[in-house]
Amino acid sequence: MIPGAFDYHSPKTLDEAINLLNDLGEDAKILAGGHSLLPMMKWRLAEPAHLVDISRLSDLDYIKEENGFLCLGAMVTESGLENSELIAEKYPILKDTSEVIADPLVRNLASIGGNIAHGDPANDHPATMLALNAIVVVCGPNGSKREINIDEFFLGPLWTALGENEILTEIKIPMPKQQSGGCYIKLERKVGDYAIAASAVTLDFENGKCSSSGIALTNVGPTPVRAKDAQDVLIGTDVSNEVIEQASNLAAEASQPVGDHRGSEEYKRGVVKTLTGRAILKAKNRAMGGN
Amino acid sequence: MSKCKTSPEVGGMGHSVKRKEDARFIRGQGTYVDDVVRPGMVYMDIVRSPYAHAKIKSINTEKALAHPGVAAVITGETLKEYNLHMMPTLMSDTQMVLPIDKVCYQSQEVAAVIGTDRYSVADGIELVEVEYEPLPVVVDPFKATDSDAPIIRDDKEGQESNHIWHWEEGDKAATEEIFNNSDVVVKERIYIPRIHVASIETCGCVSEFDKATGQLTVWMTTQAPHAIRTVLALVAGHVGLQEDKIRVISPDIGGGFGGKVPVYPGYVIAIAASVVTGLPVKWIEDRRENLQADSFARDYHMDCEIAADKDGTLNGLRIKTLADNGYADAAANPSKYPAGMFSICTGSYDFKNAFVEVDGVYTNKPPGGVAYRCSFRVTEAVHAIERMVDMVADEIMMDAAELRMKNFIPKDAFPYHSPTGWEYDSGDYHAALQLAMDNIGYDELLKEQKEKRERGEFMGIGICSFTEVVGAGPSKDFDILGIKMFDSSEIRIHPTGKAIARFGTKSQGQGHETTYAQIIAEELGIPFTDVSVEEGDTDTAPYGLGTYASRSTPTAGAAAAMACRKIKAKAKKIAAHLLETSEEDLEWEVGKFSVKGVPDKAVTIQDIAFAAYTNHPQGLEAGLEATHYYDPPNLTFPFGSYIAVVDIDSGTGEVKVRRFMAVDDCGNIINPMIVEGQIHGGLTQGLAPALYEEISYDDEGNITGGSFMEYLVPTAVETPHWETDKTITPSPHHPIGAKGVGESPTVGAPPAIVNAVVDALSHLGVKHIDIPITPEKVWRAIHKNEVA
Ligand SMILES: Cc1cc2nc3c(=O)[nH]c(=O)nc-3n(C[C@H](O)[C@H](O)[C@H](O)COP(=O)(O)OP(=O)(O)OC[C@H]3O[C@@H](n4cnc5c(N)ncnc54)[C@H](O)[C@@H]3O)c2cc1C
Repeated sequence: MIPGAFDYHSPKTLDEAINLLNDLGEDAKILAGGHSLLPMMKWRLAEPAHLVDISRLSDLDYIKEENGFLCLGAMVTESGLENSELIAEKYPILKDTSEVIADPLVRNLASIGGNIAHGDPANDHPATMLALNAIVVVCGPNGSKREINIDEFFLGPLWTALGENEILTEIKIPMPKQQSGGCYIKLERKVGDYAIAASAVTLDFENGKCSSSGIALTNVGPTPVRAKDAQDVLIGTDVSNEVIEQASNLAAEASQPVGDHRGSEEYKRGVVKTLTGRAILKAKNRAMGGN
Repeated sequence: MSKCKTSPEVGGMGHSVKRKEDARFIRGQGTYVDDVVRPGMVYMDIVRSPYAHAKIKSINTEKALAHPGVAAVITGETLKEYNLHMMPTLMSDTQMVLPIDKVCYQSQEVAAVIGTDRYSVADGIELVEVEYEPLPVVVDPFKATDSDAPIIRDDKEGQESNHIWHWEEGDKAATEEIFNNSDVVVKERIYIPRIHVASIETCGCVSEFDKATGQLTVWMTTQAPHAIRTVLALVAGHVGLQEDKIRVISPDIGGGFGGKVPVYPGYVIAIAASVVTGLPVKWIEDRRENLQADSFARDYHMDCEIAADKDGTLNGLRIKTLADNGYADAAANPSKYPAGMFSICTGSYDFKNAFVEVDGVYTNKPPGGVAYRCSFRVTEAVHAIERMVDMVADEIMMDAAELRMKNFIPKDAFPYHSPTGWEYDSGDYHAALQLAMDNIGYDELLKEQKEKRERGEFMGIGICSFTEVVGAGPSKDFDILGIKMFDSSEIRIHPTGKAIARFGTKSQGQGHETTYAQIIAEELGIPFTDVSVEEGDTDTAPYGLGTYASRSTPTAGAAAAMACRKIKAKAKKIAAHLLETSEEDLEWEVGKFSVKGVPDKAVTIQDIAFAAYTNHPQGLEAGLEATHYYDPPNLTFPFGSYIAVVDIDSGTGEVKVRRFMAVDDCGNIINPMIVEGQIHGGLTQGLAPALYEEISYDDEGNITGGSFMEYLVPTAVETPHWETDKTITPSPHHPIGAKGVGESPTVGAPPAIVNAVVDALSHLGVKHIDIPITPEKVWRAIHKNEVA
């Protein structure tokens, strides 16, 4: 479990980092918290010749509300999210998500940007970001900058819309409406494990009826899976237990699990159904002012 | 033992004194093998097989040798020159050190790279090119003896199948007769999967050979340094490594649990490399190597049957077991016991008769299996009997506690002769179970369960009343490679009344530096803080077979008491001389001899020690020391009753152990705090296989649980709050009445948890679930009606 040899670069600015990526080409990898990349290097599943460390770019570490969005800098750590009062108060789904990732030691280093940029369908933030309809902000050479809709970001296992010389700099999440709630529920074999399955749910209510919803699933497909039919069935209803049952079944149908150590396909679908039902109920309670 | 004989300052038996070794451990100042650094030391890393069974067509070392920092590549051919490519296992089987023509399990050692630093050897192993030709594999042990199965051990003359041995115990005909005449027969196939000790410290060594003196020193992660030295001398005597030239040092050990008893190929390669190069060689496994290649535990397929009467009287027990040994029988059992003490499987119950048979087979998996925190297959035996007793209870619709109470061996029946030949030393099983039931509120729990079941909630209560057999063992029956399983203690009292004590055992976290000192404090009245305890260096410690199978207190602990008694006998002579009286007029009271009826006329053990060097009586040797090699007259039989309460999440199948009450009886207790610590750790290591851990293989023999991603060692989060209590039934034959405790909880916890889960699901028709009980197995029982 010793990685191959590599060169280490520690740029001082974002531009310098992008230039390094541009110059070094496909032999270079960004190093953020290192908690997805380094395990792969130690198992020699990844052998990049250059690491460009962006963890010291402190201007990528911020949590703020601006122009109707919650903006998260790419280098915000999981523990940063977990301990933020703003997040706890207005975005409990993000706190739910951070709290079930790995263990405190990993969370102190792992970054939100890395969690998404890695493109691992087993990671927890991708589904949450789908449910939240997030926007991914990406910077490239010569000051270029683009915004990618989260639905277009994840292309396959460990494959995203990011270019080789691009850096994910920010995640933008639309600020919640008056009456809205969200929740992330994950089932793991033991603490610190990746999900057997997990379900992220957001709900907006207007006049007692569900006006919009986001439902997405972790680790039950090649990318995080948006359960569109499940979302739709909730709209315009008061999200009764019957509707929740329907939506949970639709989420289970939308999932595309494969059998592995964490369980068979059939079991994982069953888990998606259970978790989605519980997450909808909890999101609804939160929208109504509960916990 | 109700009251302590000694003061807290002396700290004899019964005092919860703090562990002496912790001063260095909690400061991070222990010395483990990987902390050993020698001048000029080189490093070793190992190329391992990706195949479970394959011919080796060629090994090309050119590129590796060209890599900067790589000094040498060792292959089977290299070792063959010294006839070191094969080695014996502790079970008198043989095992490759490095292969010449084929590999027999995935992750098997194929070649070793030696280099100047840890990094270049890690690069070097990537550059060794091995060409394999895959061979058909044997994964399923039930197919191992099929006529068309490939013969794995074609290197062994006369080995015409993959069958290794057959072993049986008990009266077959009489047991059959009982089965024919009983009202009720229940049967089940119970599998205990492969698991791994997964100690925090992996295995490794630093081997240093001095070409000038011919002296070999090996710092090694071993639980049995003396036995290892003898094995090394037997294996390598022909290349000049005689036993007097070999020094094995087992420094601080980060957990052993049986996994550090065997000799692994890596040790032998490192030793060979240092003998050839004359340089110190360090080899430390990484986590994956440790999980994938080192000895496993368990892997028993048990066909169990109990014959009973309708009123719940247990009559007969029959178990036929298939033992998957992997590529070699590399278990660490006493020689005469290929299936260890598995025949303890009649457990705590007074069966009329029993018959047990076990067949060992070879498969294309790593060799083993070790006695993981278990006295040689007792975990398997207890799992079988405790599951089966619950199945009988279910069948005749009797309460599981009531059925146990009805069939326990009564306390006045000890010493009890079991139908499979054991003589249980002492026990009071009714008292232990009753205490556990009272503590946990058994009747209220039954009521709660009934109410919950009516509401559709799943809650279960599970009992395990186990009997252990530890302390191997009496020399008439117990040896490893011919070496009898005594153990030893050598105690020297210094002139100032302080002492050093050395032992043939080796602590790996058990707290020997404290508990042995407490035994000596109890016997001689010397404060435990004045006694230094040393183990693990073959140059200084007396010979012993090491620490595993809960044997240290039963053997070396007894040796300490006996050595103290020799010292006390001499001390009495010196006391008589000092007090100018005769020995008959003296009486002993903790730490001093006084003249009967004149308590003021007394000399302390410290006075006596001083006199032993400054004023010893004429005709008596100077000095105050003794050595004792203790050959136990019998084994000891610790026992206990555990009750687990589980809640099940029917939506996900998750099992939560809500409560766990453990009542243990390990005879007289040396240090209650250490005993409780041992029980907490052991219970957690019992929870682990019950719900989480398994090493499994696919059809090609690829390991599918070979890292901590898949091998799920529970953490504090999964671990329930353990509730503990005790009864005390001293061993009648042990000098201090102690029995050994380290393994009881690992043995007793799994069936209690499984019984609780099965109980929670019993109204659905569930009779049995094999461990580990994953959430999916439970979910299937609830949602898919899949019941065993
Ligand atoms: C024991 C353990 C358990 C874990 N359990 C979980 C879990 O349960 N759930 C979960 O979600 N995660 C889990 N993780 C993963 C952890 O959250 C990762 O740290 C995280 O996924 C990646 O973040 P990082 O900052 O460490 O990224 P790194 O490992 O540094 O990078 C990951 C990848 O993303 C790229 N990258 C990183 N940042 C950027 C950026 N800003 N722009 C472009 N590319 C970038 C890197 O080049 C690399 O390819 C676990 C990790 C460990 C070690």
